Amino acid sequence: MKTDRRRFLASIAALGLAGCEALSTQDWVLKLLGVGEWLNYRLHRLLIPDGKLAREYGEADISPWFKPNGADDIPDPDYQALVKRNFEGWKLEIGGLVEKPLQLSLAELRALPSRTQITRHDCVEGWSCIGKWQGVPLGALLKQAGLSPKANFIVFHCADLHGSDQAPYYESIDLVDAFHPQTILAYQMNGQPLPVAHGAPLRLRVERQLGYKMAKYVMKVEAVESFAELGEGKGGYWEDRGYDWYAGI
Amino acid sequence: MALVFRHSAVVRVTHWVNVLCLVVLLMSGMQIYNAHAALYWGKDSHFETPLFQLPARQTEDGEETRAFPYWLTLPGYHDLATGRRWHLFFAWVFVLNGLVYLASGIASGHFRRDLVPTRPQLRHIGASIVEHLRFRFPKGEEAKQYNVLQKIAYLKVIFLLLPIIVLAGFNMSPALNAAFPWLLELFGGRQSARTIHFVAANFIVLFFLVHVAMVIVSGLWNNLRSMITGRYAIEEKRED
Repeated sequence: MKTDRRRFLASIAALGLAGCEALSTQDWVLKLLGVGEWLNYRLHRLLIPDGKLAREYGEADISPWFKPNGADDIPDPDYQALVKRNFEGWKLEIGGLVEKPLQLSLAELRALPSRTQITRHDCVEGWSCIGKWQGVPLGALLKQAGLSPKANFIVFHCADLHGSDQAPYYESIDLVDAFHPQTILAYQMNGQPLPVAHGAPLRLRVERQLGYKMAKYVMKVEAVESFAELGEGKGGYWEDRGYDWYAGI
Repeated sequence: MALVFRHSAVVRVTHWVNVLCLVVLLMSGMQIYNAHAALYWGKDSHFETPLFQLPARQTEDGEETRAFPYWLTLPGYHDLATGRRWHLFFAWVFVLNGLVYLASGIASGHFRRDLVPTRPQLRHIGASIVEHLRFRFPKGEEAKQYNVLQKIAYLKVIFLLLPIIVLAGFNMSPALNAAFPWLLELFGGRQSARTIHFVAANFIVLFFLVHVAMVIVSGLWNNLRSMITGRYAIEEKRED
């Protein structure tokens, strides 16, 4: 009797564990769990004023070592050639649902009004580093290009390829974050030109979200109505691999 | 032997929902911890000098790791994305369930009536500790209410430990940091908040172990039945 009960309890426990394993790969379970992300996104957008700034720190707070994550270099010869000539001849493209698509060289970007901010970068893995970023507010560029009223998201296409299938990195944000004053395309880090490890020539800063939203090696900015047709349709390289699109938590 | 009605339906339902939430949150929390198996104090991470790491051990592949073993985590293999999904969904269930419990506890007078220690109980707290250490539990009239040590333990978990772990969790959100910078200051920075979240989780495990041990030694089936059906058997006090 006793052993029967024990065996019964053990099989329940084993069933529970196996159940959790099986559940984690079920599409409907992942969708249901995704309700948490949706609630976080809606609640944050409802409760947090659109322009509310992330905390900015002082020079003394800058981390002595800022951990580069994801790609820290791109073996592609075209990219290596760009690095060799300090991105001479390189141009950032701004296109998609805009009135006048733009092409801007690094010198032209540097000549535009800039914003400098010392902010904390929080990786989805759990660590944080503080760095100083200087760059062009994304909102100003989008205004210059004349964003179409049909545009709902801004997509960032990057030069780095990842994984065994060499999928290109990309990311997307909504217009609230796109026009947030601290959302910049940074070309300067800690007072130096943006290093290759941190996404030269240009990386996105979205200070109220996690690090994986802040695309490095940005080549093209595209305004879109929906990102369903891009990549696997989830709005970003990591999103296509199961991470939340809204990374404000 | 007399059966008394001990736990209201709200208490029983929220108790078991809470058990499910805490198990999922703990297991998925270890998955999330494993993504960067080190803790720090302050605003940012000083990778060379972590505040805490688990002792290094060898994995089956012969690699050195400081992560929790994956049979303890949810999912049971390395998958931060899915671990976060479990964690952030059940965090919502946990908070909403907790709010139902709190609202009902206040409205029904459950906290005031059943959880706040009475003056005589507080006066005899020394005797209660001694009796607990001897594994002797109240009988008769006395068993109809929670013991003073039980009350204090529950109050600390409900009104101190669980709110701390929720707020420390909020503090790991860069969006909520922007909205409530003072809350982050209160916890000493994001990396401190992450550490406090981890330590609080350990205290919950400690509470769980003591709680289950006490449930077992003070009458497993009686306690279980009272948390399922609401009915609790009171043993007559023998005058001997």
